[in-house]
Amino acid sequence: MAKCRGLGHSVQRKEDARFIRGQGRYIDDIKLPGMLYLDITRSPYAHAKITKIHDETALAVPGVAAVITGKTLEAYNLAWMPTLMSDQQMVLPIDTVKYQAQEVAAVVATSRYAAADGAAALEVDYEPLPVVVDPHAALEPGATRVRDDKDSNHIFHWEHGDREATEAALAASDTVVEQAMHLPRIHVASIETCGCVASWNPVEGHLTLYLTTQAPHAIRTVVALVTAHLGLAEHRIRVISPDIGGGFGGKVPVYPGYVIATAASVVTGKPVKWIEDRSENLQADSFARDYHIKARLGSKGGKITALSLDTIADHGYSDAAANPSKFPAGLYHICTGSYDLSDAHVSVDGVYTNKPPGGIAYRCSFRVTEAVHAIERMVDLLARENGEDPADFRLRNFIRPDQFPYTSVLGWEYDSGDYGAALEKAMDMIGYRDLRAEQTEKRARGELMGIGISSFTEIVGAGPSKTFDILGIKMFDSSEIRIHPTGKAIARFGTKSQGQGHETTYAQIIAEELGIPPEDIQVEEGDTDTAPYGLGTYASRSTPTAGAAAAIASRKIRAKAKKIAAHLLEADEADLEWEQGRFFVKGSPDRGKTIQEIAFAAYTNHPQGLEAGLEATSYYDPPNLTFPFGSYVCAVDIDRGTGQVRIRRFVAVDDCGVRINPMIVEGQIHGGLAMGIAPALFEEISYDPDGNITGGNFVEYLVPTAMETPHWELGETVTPSPHHPIGAKGVGESATVGAPAAVVNAVVDALWHLGVRHMEIPMTPARVWSALNEHGAAATR
Amino acid sequence: MIPPQFDYHVPESLADASRLLLANPEAKLLAGGHSLIPMMRFRLAEPSALVDLRKIPGLAGIGEAEGCLRIGAMTRESELEKSELVQGRYPLLADTARVIGDPLVRNLATVGGNVAHADPGNDHPATMLAYRASFVGRSFPDRRSGTLLEQRHELPLQAEDRTIGADDFFTGPFSTCLKPGEILIEIRIPAPEAGSGGAYEKFERKVGDYAVAAVAVQLRLEGGRIAEAGVALTNVGLTPIRASAAEAALIGSDGGEAALDEAAGAAAAAAEPHEDHRGSVEYKRAVVRTLTFRAASRAVARAKEAPA
Repeated sequence: MAKCRGLGHSVQRKEDARFIRGQGRYIDDIKLPGMLYLDITRSPYAHAKITKIHDETALAVPGVAAVITGKTLEAYNLAWMPTLMSDQQMVLPIDTVKYQAQEVAAVVATSRYAAADGAAALEVDYEPLPVVVDPHAALEPGATRVRDDKDSNHIFHWEHGDREATEAALAASDTVVEQAMHLPRIHVASIETCGCVASWNPVEGHLTLYLTTQAPHAIRTVVALVTAHLGLAEHRIRVISPDIGGGFGGKVPVYPGYVIATAASVVTGKPVKWIEDRSENLQADSFARDYHIKARLGSKGGKITALSLDTIADHGYSDAAANPSKFPAGLYHICTGSYDLSDAHVSVDGVYTNKPPGGIAYRCSFRVTEAVHAIERMVDLLARENGEDPADFRLRNFIRPDQFPYTSVLGWEYDSGDYGAALEKAMDMIGYRDLRAEQTEKRARGELMGIGISSFTEIVGAGPSKTFDILGIKMFDSSEIRIHPTGKAIARFGTKSQGQGHETTYAQIIAEELGIPPEDIQVEEGDTDTAPYGLGTYASRSTPTAGAAAAIASRKIRAKAKKIAAHLLEADEADLEWEQGRFFVKGSPDRGKTIQEIAFAAYTNHPQGLEAGLEATSYYDPPNLTFPFGSYVCAVDIDRGTGQVRIRRFVAVDDCGVRINPMIVEGQIHGGLAMGIAPALFEEISYDPDGNITGGNFVEYLVPTAMETPHWELGETVTPSPHHPIGAKGVGESATVGAPAAVVNAVVDALWHLGVRHMEIPMTPARVWSALNEHGAAATR
Repeated sequence: MIPPQFDYHVPESLADASRLLLANPEAKLLAGGHSLIPMMRFRLAEPSALVDLRKIPGLAGIGEAEGCLRIGAMTRESELEKSELVQGRYPLLADTARVIGDPLVRNLATVGGNVAHADPGNDHPATMLAYRASFVGRSFPDRRSGTLLEQRHELPLQAEDRTIGADDFFTGPFSTCLKPGEILIEIRIPAPEAGSGGAYEKFERKVGDYAVAAVAVQLRLEGGRIAEAGVALTNVGLTPIRASAAEAALIGSDGGEAALDEAAGAAAAAAEPHEDHRGSVEYKRAVVRTLTFRAASRAVARAKEAPA
C-alpha cells in the first residue's frame, strides 16, 4: 500500500533535516559546565624506552591543569586494557612505547588551545630501541621482540578446512594458479574523528560517557567489567553515542583516549573532552586489512576444484581486531566466494610488529574484503590460465540457483543467491562483448584499456548466538516499540546509526508491518539508559538483526492490536483480517478499525483481561547470516605516459534481497564504491624501515573526491533472504568489499597482453608506470 | 592540528605591514593562508605574528598596461581563473590557475602568495619562469637614524620598488630573494606577441594534490619556426626549474614531434626530483618527459591558432 510508504519506497531520510541544516549533534558539539580539555603527547619513535617524562614542562603552560601518565593510571590499575580479541593494549605506557604516534602522556587544560600547547611543550626523554616493521621479518628467529610479555611475535595460528584434501585436490587439478598479494593497511578516515566527553559525578558515583561508538551497550559492559575494581557498576555508567559522522568499523574499538579522558574526569572531578585531530586519527586509530596472502586455486576440465590461502596478518603491537570472539580471522573463510568447489583450506598467522594495533573491519563483515579480493583475483587468473574469458569462466563455475541453501566446503550455509543473473545483468548494462571488441581495436593501436569483473558473495548480519558473540555477549540485536495513544510511535534499538539512515529505514519496516506512516515513528538509538541492549552497528548487521527485531516486535504489537480490534468490533479474533494499517471483519470490509483507533483504545478502552498499552520488544537472534552478493564490471583506460588509471565505466549490480528504501540502498552503494576504489587506486598507510608512518595525513593519505570517482551505474536483482522476516540482507558494505578486485582485474586485464599477471594495490600511477616500463610499454608522450 | 600562539596584525597600509615585518623578524605575511595556515596547524611553521594583507588597498587586480599583464599580489586564484583577459591571451596562466588546489582553495588563495611562498610544489612559479615574468617588491628603506619603531609616527617613509626577474626570484625551497620588510606587490607578465602560445600540464594523484610533476611551456612562432621558448618545471627540484636545454631544443625548430621529443628529453634531464610517495626519481623524470611533450604540443597548437 503506497499510502504508508513502507518497504520499497524511497522515503526522504528523516535525519537529514538536521544534518543538512548543520543541526546534527556530534561529540564535539557537547559542552558541559566546567569542562576541561585533553590533548595527548605521542611518541616520535616506533619503539623506545621512556626514561623520563618532564611533567613540569607542560604544567608551566598557562591553563594546564594536570598531566596524566601511565604511572597515574597504574595507580588505578588502568594502564593496560583488554582488546576485544583478549589481547592487552596500553592505555598509557609505563616505560616503553611500541609504535610511532602511540599515546605517551595526556595534558588536561582549561581550553583546547592550552591543552595542545601543553601537549607540545611536554618533554619526554626516550632511548630508541630496535624496530620490526615487516611481519615476515618479525617471524624470523632472533627478530626484535615487540611485546615484553610474550615469547615471540607470533600471536595466533588459525586454520579452517582440510589441508590434506585440498593439497590432494590441487595435485589432481590440471591447472593451478598461484599468486601472492598484499592488502595494505588502510584507514576508514571517517569525516568525524574519534572523541569523547567523560563526565564523572563524584557525589553520585556516576559516569556519563559521550562517545563516538558504534556499539554503546557493549562498551558500557566492557567499561563496567574493567572498572569493577574501582567500584563502578554498570547501572552507574551511561554511554551516549550521539550523532556519529561515519564509523566504518573504526568506532568499534575502545581507544586509549576514551579511558584517559575518563580517568582525567575522575582525577579532576570535572567533565573532560577529548577530540582527536585528523593526524592522530590516521596515525594511531585502528587500521584495517594488512593481510599478506599466498593463494592457490586449481581447476580440472575448466571446473574450479580447490582453494588454498596462507596468510600473514600484521596486527601491529596488539591484536586489537574487532571480530566476533570465536573468529580470530573474522569471516575470512567465506573465501570460496560465489563458486562451487569441493576443497579448500585457509590459514592465518597473526603477527606483532611496531605499528599501531588493530585489524578492524573497514566497512566489511570481518575480513570479507580480504577473502573476496583473494578469490576474485584468483578466479580471474585461473580463467586466463584456462584460456577462457573471465566472465564465461565465472558463469560456468558459480554455485547454481538450485543449489541453495548451499553449504560451502568451509562450512557456511549460503541462504540464497542467483549469481549468474547478477553477472549477466552487469554484462548487459556495460555492454561487455562490445567493450571486448573495443579493447581489441585499441590494443592494435597501442592504447590500453581493461575490463574487470568481481562477482562477490558477502556474509553479513552477525550473528546466530550459537557461534557469534563478543566477549561472551551473544550477537542478537533488539527493537522496542511503543505506540502512543494517538497512534504515533517511538521505537528504540540496540544498534547505532553512523549515517546509515536507521531513523528512516527502521520506521519504514514498522510502517510496513503496522501501517503507521514512517513520519509518525520516532526512532532512537545510542543511549544505554533508554535503548534496549544490542551489540551495535557494524558488519552490515543492523537490518539483518535489529531490522528483523523491528518486524518481529511490530508483529507482536499487531497480535495484541487484533485482540483490541476484536473487542472494539465485537467480533471474534478469528473473523478479523488485516490490511496494512487496519483490521476489518471478513466479508464486511467497512467494519474495521485502524491501527490509530486501536492504539487509542489500548489506553482508553482496553478489553478486560488484557493489559493496557500497546508496545513490544524483540531480541532477535538470527537463525543464519544473510549472503548478499553482486557483480561489478568496470572499464579502465590507462595513460601510458603517466601510468594513470582512469575508471571510465563502473556498473554495479547488487542483490541485497528486499530493498527497504531503494534510495538509501543506492546511497550506501555509491559510498561503498567510492570506498572500494580508494584502496585499489589511492589509499595506503605505509611505514619506513624505522617504523615512521609515511602516510599519516590527508596530503599523503589520498581519499578520493568526487573528481576521482566515476559515474556509478547501478543495477539490481532481488533474491530475498528466506530466513529474514522481511527478506532483507545487509547492504552497507557490499560495494566496499566487491569493488577493489574489479578495479585490479580491469587493470591487469589492460596489461595482460604485455605479460603483467598481477598488480598490488594501491595501483598508483607510479606503480602502474613501473609495470609498463618493465614490460617495455611506457610511453614518452 | 592546533597552531601555537601568535600575534595577529591587520595593517591598512603597506608601509605599516613592512614596519611590522621588520619589527618582528619571526612574523609572516598572511595572504590567502592556504599554505601557511596548514603549516602552522601542523606546527611546521611557528611564526610569532601574522601580518594580514587583506585590508591594504590596491593589491588586487588584473589588467594590461605598459606591455605587461599586471597582476596584483593579492588577486585571488579564482579571479585569475575567471578572467576573460587571462583566458583569451594568457592560456598558460589560465591552465595553471585551473589546477591549483581545488575551487574552495582558489576562492581564497592568492597569486602573490603562491609565488612568494616559493613552495617547489606550487604551480605559478614554473609558469612565471616560462613567461619570463618579473616581480615587483616594495620596501620602505630607512634613510635616517634611529630605529623604525621610534620613527613610526613621524614622517611617512618613502616607498621603493624593485623589479626582480623570475630567474633571480626563487632562491631555494620556501625562500626568495625578497629582503626583510620587502613585500611582493605585483607580478608582470610580458604581453604576448603575435604567434604566441602556451600550456601548463600538471599531473597530480588526485585533485588538490601537489603535482607529481608539472610543466609550463610558453613559446612564439615566427614564420613557421619557434622563435622564443620558455620551459619550466614544477615540483621536481628544490626550486622551480627552468629547463634551458629544452628551450634551446625548441627554438629554431618547426615545433614538430621530433623537436618536441628532444625538448621533452632535455626537460627530463633538467629535472632534479627526489623519491617520495608520488614516485621514484626515474618515474618523475618520465612524467616530466611526457608532460613536456604534451604541454609543448598544445603550446604549438595554440600558437598556430593565435591571431597573427
